[in-house]
Amino acid sequence: MTHTNQERTSSTSLVNRVFNIIAAFRLGPFLALLVAGAFFYIQNERFILPLNISLILQQTSWIAALAIGQTLVILTGGIDLSNGLVMALGTVIMTTMAVENGVNPFISIGMGFGVTMAFGLLNGLLITRLKLPPFIVTLGTLNIAFALTRLVATTTIGNLPDIQTIFGERISLFGTTFTYGAIVVFPLYILMWFVLRETAFGRHVYAIGDDREAARLMGIPVNRILIQVYVLAGFFYAVGGWLLIGRIGSGDPNAGQTANLDSITAVVIGGTSLFGGRGNILGTLVGALIVGVFINGLQITGVDPLFQRLITGILVIVAVTMDQLSQRIRK
Amino acid sequence: MTPSQDAKPQPILEARGLVKHYGQVVALDGTDFDLYPGEILAVIGDNGAGKSSLIKALSGAIRPDAGEIFLNGEAIHFRNPSDARRFGIETVYQTLAVAPSMNIYENLFLGREIRRPGVLGSVFRLLDKKKMLDDATTYMRDLKFHIQSMTQAVSTLSGGQRQGVAVARSAAFARNVAILDEPTAALGVKESSMVIDLIRNVRARGLPVILISHNMPQVWELADRIHIQRLGKRIAVIKPNDYTMSDGVAIMTGAMNVN
Repeated sequence: MTHTNQERTSSTSLVNRVFNIIAAFRLGPFLALLVAGAFFYIQNERFILPLNISLILQQTSWIAALAIGQTLVILTGGIDLSNGLVMALGTVIMTTMAVENGVNPFISIGMGFGVTMAFGLLNGLLITRLKLPPFIVTLGTLNIAFALTRLVATTTIGNLPDIQTIFGERISLFGTTFTYGAIVVFPLYILMWFVLRETAFGRHVYAIGDDREAARLMGIPVNRILIQVYVLAGFFYAVGGWLLIGRIGSGDPNAGQTANLDSITAVVIGGTSLFGGRGNILGTLVGALIVGVFINGLQITGVDPLFQRLITGILVIVAVTMDQLSQRIRK
Repeated sequence: MTPSQDAKPQPILEARGLVKHYGQVVALDGTDFDLYPGEILAVIGDNGAGKSSLIKALSGAIRPDAGEIFLNGEAIHFRNPSDARRFGIETVYQTLAVAPSMNIYENLFLGREIRRPGVLGSVFRLLDKKKMLDDATTYMRDLKFHIQSMTQAVSTLSGGQRQGVAVARSAAFARNVAILDEPTAALGVKESSMVIDLIRNVRARGLPVILISHNMPQVWELADRIHIQRLGKRIAVIKPNDYTMSDGVAIMTGAMNVN
């Protein structure tokens, strides 16, 4: 009797210890990615081929770029519903300016960045000056961006100059080819991870999401940092747009319609708290890859595409539940 | 030491005729305030007497509609809490103003992080985490404040320890005044005495302290003088030796008058 009890406690403490290690190093999303990868490999060996990995990265990279901006916003305790359509506006500006208005292709790209960052500024100003909730503000700018996109272009814009589709170019690595677009998000993530960890700006982003009033009382310029975050997010939406142009080889006014939810999914699955203040941007990269792996894996195993959405939905709910539970345990 | 009526030393912090309205509600109705060097001044008053608004005005968290604030005799205007801090006035708020997910040393340096020397700090704005950690460890040891690790999240601390972090932070950076708003309100006896020791340590460093408290025994034990706030005005300043606690409460509620 006592013997079994002792065994039980020692085995639970081992389980606890493993859980603590996973929690301490935020390995949850990473483990989920490994498990998902292993599962699809068992289903179909082709899944693990370098060619397929390269394809997953191409499919994921532009969403991953949007998710950098989304992570910054969510870390401050906000949310950005407008990012997919702001990105679409950015892509049609980049491409129509170059193709139809004869603007230098490089400057056209700069104009696309200008537009997405202006939308970030608009979001930031409405949220800080008028003190409107981010959810409502970005729902509004989502529709504005959608309408503006349609005013600029209604059909896809092709015949793009090379500089605009540069992220679709391929290089050989690990015995297969990767597009530049599939690779470029990795250094961007490393850079933002470093900025969030090692700079005052980064720590203030966390502090604002953790306790905005405390941040204000301690003299952190909360409004200025929030505006910077939304503008910086706009920058990454343009990056995502540029990557997408490279991937599909054209500017598409219909692009990015579900990208807001996809990017939020990547952030949440990556372990960043929707309440703000807690999370790791590298988790978002893993979260984006998890979504990409599921979509690709289900395609490769021939599962009905409906299940892709079903599983993404379940993943989001599981991730948010874990976050809620950990929040409750801490209190 | 204690200021007499004839030869008062100059107050460190002084306010005249502060007014603050919130819509129809009058929080401050022309209140005065004086804090002298090296003292613990308690501010007491019933709910709604304007204690919090007074403290917020002195710490830059609100801007009074009228009236003036003087620091060492010079008129000053705070636009926000950072302004007040720049003048060496530090506040521990009732809401504590700690970021729970961040660790202790990050909280100690929240809003005034130390940057790396040279280009790394000035251009790339990188933090000197090691220096912040070392300074925090030394400082907390000096205050005899025992915490296992400076890198543990504040959410893992007890209420008294969190309060201790907030008090220690304000004392570390205050040059002129430390303002403590209900520092032991939510604490048990043992934790309270830990924080009270800390407050005494702060005064021993020569820093004047403004203490807002509902806890009368604590006020009578700690304070050199007591500022009594009623209906948005200062109606009396007493010394704890001249009046009993029940006198204090009577003045506070309007049952007794002092001239």
